[in-house]
Amino acid sequence: MTLLGRLTWQAIPFHEPLPLFSGLGVLITVVAILAWVVAKGYVPYLWREWITSVDHKRIGVMYCILASVMLLRGFIDAIMMRTQQVMAYDAPGFLPPSHFDQVFSAHGTIMIFFVAMPFVIGLMNLVVPLQLGVRDVAFPTLNSVSFWLTAAGALLVNLSLVIGEFDRMGWLPYPPLSELRYSPGVGVDYYCWSLQISGVGTLMTGINFVTTILKLRAPGMHYTRMPMFCWTALASNLLIVAAFPVLTATLAMLLLDRYVGFHFFTDTAGGNSMMFMNLIWAWGHPEVYILALPAFGIYSEVVSTFSCKPLFGYRSMIYATMAICIISFMVWLHHFFTMGAGADVNSIFGIASMIIAVPTGVKIFNWLFTMYGGYVRFRTPMLWSIGFIVTFAIGGLTGVLLAVPPADFQLHNSLFLVAHFHNVIIGAVIFGAFAGYTYWFPKAFGFVLDERLGKWAFWLWLIGFWVAWGPGYVLGLEGMTRRLQHYDVAEWHPWLVVAEGGVVIILLGIIAQIAQIVVSVRTREQRRDVTGDPWDGRNLEWATASPPPAFNFAVLPDVTDQEPYWDMKARAREIGQLTRPEPRYEPIHMPRNSPTGFVTAFLAVVTGFALIWHIWWLVLLGLAGAYATFVVFAWRDHDEELIPAEEVARIDRANRAARSAALQHRQLRRETQRESAE
Amino acid sequence: MSAPTTALRTGRDPYHIGHAPAAGVPEYTGHGAGGPAPKRIVVGYGFWIFILSDVILFSCFFATYTVLIHARNGGPGPQEIFDLHGTALETACLLLSSFACGLTSLAVARRNLLWSEIFLAVTGLLGAAFIGLEVHEFYGLVARGDGPTRSAFLTSFFALVGCHGAHVTAGLLWLGTMMAQFPAKGFKASIRHRYLCFSLFWHALDIIWIGIFTVVYLIGKITP
Ligand code: HEM
Ligand SMILES: [Cu+2]
Repeated sequence: MTLLGRLTWQAIPFHEPLPLFSGLGVLITVVAILAWVVAKGYVPYLWREWITSVDHKRIGVMYCILASVMLLRGFIDAIMMRTQQVMAYDAPGFLPPSHFDQVFSAHGTIMIFFVAMPFVIGLMNLVVPLQLGVRDVAFPTLNSVSFWLTAAGALLVNLSLVIGEFDRMGWLPYPPLSELRYSPGVGVDYYCWSLQISGVGTLMTGINFVTTILKLRAPGMHYTRMPMFCWTALASNLLIVAAFPVLTATLAMLLLDRYVGFHFFTDTAGGNSMMFMNLIWAWGHPEVYILALPAFGIYSEVVSTFSCKPLFGYRSMIYATMAICIISFMVWLHHFFTMGAGADVNSIFGIASMIIAVPTGVKIFNWLFTMYGGYVRFRTPMLWSIGFIVTFAIGGLTGVLLAVPPADFQLHNSLFLVAHFHNVIIGAVIFGAFAGYTYWFPKAFGFVLDERLGKWAFWLWLIGFWVAWGPGYVLGLEGMTRRLQHYDVAEWHPWLVVAEGGVVIILLGIIAQIAQIVVSVRTREQRRDVTGDPWDGRNLEWATASPPPAFNFAVLPDVTDQEPYWDMKARAREIGQLTRPEPRYEPIHMPRNSPTGFVTAFLAVVTGFALIWHIWWLVLLGLAGAYATFVVFAWRDHDEELIPAEEVARIDRANRAARSAALQHRQLRRETQRESAE
Repeated sequence: MSAPTTALRTGRDPYHIGHAPAAGVPEYTGHGAGGPAPKRIVVGYGFWIFILSDVILFSCFFATYTVLIHARNGGPGPQEIFDLHGTALETACLLLSSFACGLTSLAVARRNLLWSEIFLAVTGLLGAAFIGLEVHEFYGLVARGDGPTRSAFLTSFFALVGCHGAHVTAGLLWLGTMMAQFPAKGFKASIRHRYLCFSLFWHALDIIWIGIFTVVYLIGKITP
């Protein structure tokens, strides 16, 4: 046994210029940013206000930043794949097979686990406590640990770019190919350990949010008064709690096979690789809804706000959400109809998969009826929502097609399937994340994003998506299977060129989004949201200032209606002043910042890296460090900070003044409108 | 609606995110609509959800065990390798340990440091005895060449029972930390909440062991 396990200089891809230079590029960028941060003296600020923060709003923002950065990485992978497929008609292209395989695996893994997941979890973090009318999540420090573990997983995946290699068998490592015998390299180990680490973080998020939503709500907030986004967040987190342990267990089994010669999924000694398919998809299908349900919640918020109407069919929306939550555990076998389950089993799972489309359809109609007869304002978040309804309806229908087992025998593992899941995952989750991002951005940062560039981004993404993935359906029907590094079918080539064009249009959309941030930050003074309620919102998050104070609410609000803030505004308008007289302010205890999350994540990266490279002494060191962190954390005495009553009063009075002014302003506008109408 | 607000601003809970339900406000009955729950409830509830997720983790290992029970690869089956006497002893240790853990709860409720520590120590010793017996069983099997790499059946057996054993071991580490914390920190609320979580964990491991005892050992003895 050597000191560094199986880590040698060979792990650095000196002979492969592409990963080497892209890796070096990333490394130089990261170092440059770090150097800039240090030179500018931002480190103490970052440490105090962000890295050790246990404030749910800060953590939410950090999740969204992580997701956006990873989206860029995943998108670069997508460009590489598409370009390869344009070049590789009867030619080798520029990516050798071993590299191409890593690219699609990394793309899928990163997009699902480090883009879609952190984005929806980030938005939940930012918004759910505000909507519930409380001061933080149930376990604030745990929340920080969750975030940093997710970041640790992302870091490990990206490390594989320069040190060693990534997994080559797709975003789910199917055995027996992923067993040691056929994949002796570190790729699968990188995959497993980074997902184990981030998976623990996700599980703790699930526990945290289920507890928060069920046990911490403002007085008067019955279940049937909870905002729709909180309902979908609840459903999603229930799914996390029920599904992520399955992922953990499955990957643990694969790791046992690989590390200590167990025989869960091997093709020798009685191992059973079909068991892996069943287990991984028992997690995998619910995972789809873990992502989609919060997105549905975002659309519900956005559509009702920008239609100036309460959500149509609120209760049916709850039933639909919970129905999806349960049925999502009963359809997993549709991912392997072709793997020999037999006709009757296939039919049952086919029918179950079609049934799950029913509550989803209910939701679509509810959004349409919310818009119907409403005063629809086509702001950017609303555009994303309408784009979603159209795109997702089509993606859902191709899903129902795939749920017919005989059809699936033709389409399984073809580009038709890949087009289907991009259609739903981009159409629902990514568009939803963007809708939520533009909708809640002013809440997080206190100014509104540029509308013009936002609309550009929307149209470019929408058109780009269809140009990129419309051809996928055609290619699938023409028999093109997925993950092809090269091919010799002339009919496919033009469609792949079109698809590449779509990717370029999406790239322009992403550039528009970056420009939107730059422009908005530069002109932020003109875009300040002084009222805290830029969209004339309906739920409690808009009752706070933008950005909200650390404690969110000086006094917990009393909820008397299903749309609490709208209700408050309506009553305030009636009586011509704020509904509540100024309360007697009291000091507020808030949880104190803690480096626990950061330290845990650091140890997780070290331990994970050591496990991947078999550096056993470092593994032990990492684990001992983890236990020490636990003890130190458990030993702390001062875990709260006091915000004095005067400070609370000062902050809240400003908010009340802004709100009174807004009220007067609206009142005035309404009267002038009425007069001119007469 | 100002009455409940005043009732809710009593400041018992440090975070102000955990208040007892407002008394005498008819509107706030049920559905958790009485405002944020007290800290003790929140902590216990959250940990309870964690235990549920852990149960799901175990259920995966149970499932693989039942799938692989006949995949012997020419190696021994459950009837040949299980010794119910040893298992009965293990079960007794763990159940008694849980009983001692219950006694600790009583002592903690009375803020009695001495008895809390004594019962915790008993809990821990019985847990350690359980682990010792399990290691003994595993060691015997491996020494005979019937280790987890022998066949898929043995793989699933070692993984399921070992996963439980790993949990108990982690619990022992936690127990040690608790034993150090009672004298160092006293019976303040956060420590008592932590103990509540520990006892939930310990009892849950017992319940899972009952599942293992039944599904693996008892049913194993009658599985050809
Ligand atoms: C932004 C635009 C995107 C483009 C242009 C794109 C492109 C691609 C391409 C070309 C493939 C490989 C298809 C093949 O097997 O031949 C692929 C696979 C995949 N993509 Fe995307 N993608 C995009 C966004 C996303 C997003 C947002 C997600 C998920 C959140 C995602 C998840 C996946 C997954 C899971 C795979 C399968 C990987 C595998 O084969 O194991 N993609 N994508
Ligand atoms: Cu599915």
